[in-house]
Amino acid sequence: MAKRPTIGVLSLQGDVEEHLHALRNADAKARGVKTAEDLEKVDGLVLPGGESTTLAIVLERFGLVKPLRELAARGTPIWGTCMGMIMMARSVVGSSQPTLGFLDIEVKRNAFGRQVESAELRLHIDGIEGKPFPGIFIRAPWIERAGRDAKILATVDDKGVMVRQNSFLGTSFHPELTNDVRVHRYFVEMVEQALVKG
Amino acid sequence: MKNKGTKKVKRGLAQMLKGGVIMDVTTPEQAIIAQAAGAVAVMALERVPADIRKEGGVARMADLEIVQRIMDAVTIPVMAKARIGHFVEAQVLQAMGVDFIDESEVLTPADDAYHIDKREFTVPFVCGARNLGEALRRISEGAAMIRTKGEAGSGNIVEAIRHLRQVNDDIRRLASLPTEELVSVARDLGSSIEIVRDVAKAGRLPVVMFVAGGVATPADAALCMQLGAEGIFVGSGIFKSSEPEKTAKAIVAATHFFDDPVKIMEASKSIGAPMAGLEISQIPKDQLLAGRGW
Repeated sequence: MAKRPTIGVLSLQGDVEEHLHALRNADAKARGVKTAEDLEKVDGLVLPGGESTTLAIVLERFGLVKPLRELAARGTPIWGTCMGMIMMARSVVGSSQPTLGFLDIEVKRNAFGRQVESAELRLHIDGIEGKPFPGIFIRAPWIERAGRDAKILATVDDKGVMVRQNSFLGTSFHPELTNDVRVHRYFVEMVEQALVKG
Repeated sequence: MKNKGTKKVKRGLAQMLKGGVIMDVTTPEQAIIAQAAGAVAVMALERVPADIRKEGGVARMADLEIVQRIMDAVTIPVMAKARIGHFVEAQVLQAMGVDFIDESEVLTPADDAYHIDKREFTVPFVCGARNLGEALRRISEGAAMIRTKGEAGSGNIVEAIRHLRQVNDDIRRLASLPTEELVSVARDLGSSIEIVRDVAKAGRLPVVMFVAGGVATPADAALCMQLGAEGIFVGSGIFKSSEPEKTAKAIVAATHFFDDPVKIMEASKSIGAPMAGLEISQIPKDQLLAGRGW
């Protein structure tokens, strides 16, 4: 059996502990990462939920944009939840906020509305078997437009809320706030496959 | 099926704010400065606590026009304060669409016996606490987030540290007790046995806990984080300092890199003078805010 992959969770701001916990339950080793050196030591990376405006400023200020781009260019799998998906998008509707552009999608921030519109919804996800997945949407974005290579895996009211493009994964919702590890397991498998390919 | 305002969704927003700084602002211009400095949310107010303290009188929910203009100015979540027990102020703030309500001892309490039943609301609430009993009573009432009270508007971190250590000590003690002792502890804490059992088992509160009340410097913020706070509220500390923009950025950096003294040192350089501080013993007893709430 292949060795368990090590997956980093960017631990500057957001729900880091929840992701570490869920990744461990999904049979991965998990650690918080904060610096360029930390990023060298992981087989996969999660950008957690948090505030995208805040993270964009912090990544820029502490010189993490270039190391993240290099990580992505090496083919290391990266998954962004909510804020993380916004950071991975090509662009944000009505905003000049800088993003990393790993996913060929345009996202709409706070697309469902302010916090009072935040909700739990059941989702059918392509590639995840069994009962519907409990989607927790908190001031969540949706995918307004997706390029040809960006495959939408789940929708709410015809809007994309989960996307995969090669080694990159994005979700509008927060699997880390549930006890259901199927999406974490899906990502761990992406990382395992990338390791096998080398 | 959509399901709004569930416990998970309310507590979840607080989880998204972890590791961040929430700043008090009184104008849209200040809100924009706070956002640009990296704040994860802003608290919309009419007066910061230091001014409430100075000017006296009854402090109420902010002017709704100010709150609305702040909501329109930024993309990060906007919080607003309601008086303790004033559930109609809370209803109004929810109707406006604020993202979080702080049922706050900084405002003059509207009810001297009861807090708001926060379970009834779709919007999440944050409440202050000085110890575990107070925190658990607020959580039982539906609070989705706790902040230690500290002493707002004092620029003095000592009360915040006392409250943070107290809550953490209380939790550690609970976690070490044999289970048969938990019922009478729950009675002493004035809290339900179910929630006491949960805390004893998990070794932490079931909601996110930030620190508030007295943070004035980057080192203050990092001290709270090293002592186990999950994030920071800064009230008067930003806009009562000599260089608000620099102070805001520095406190954000020290919060993110709280365990890296070199980064805290770099953040602390050339940021001007912090707000003036008050010795707690010099504040008249009837003007101490932390004792409000029951």
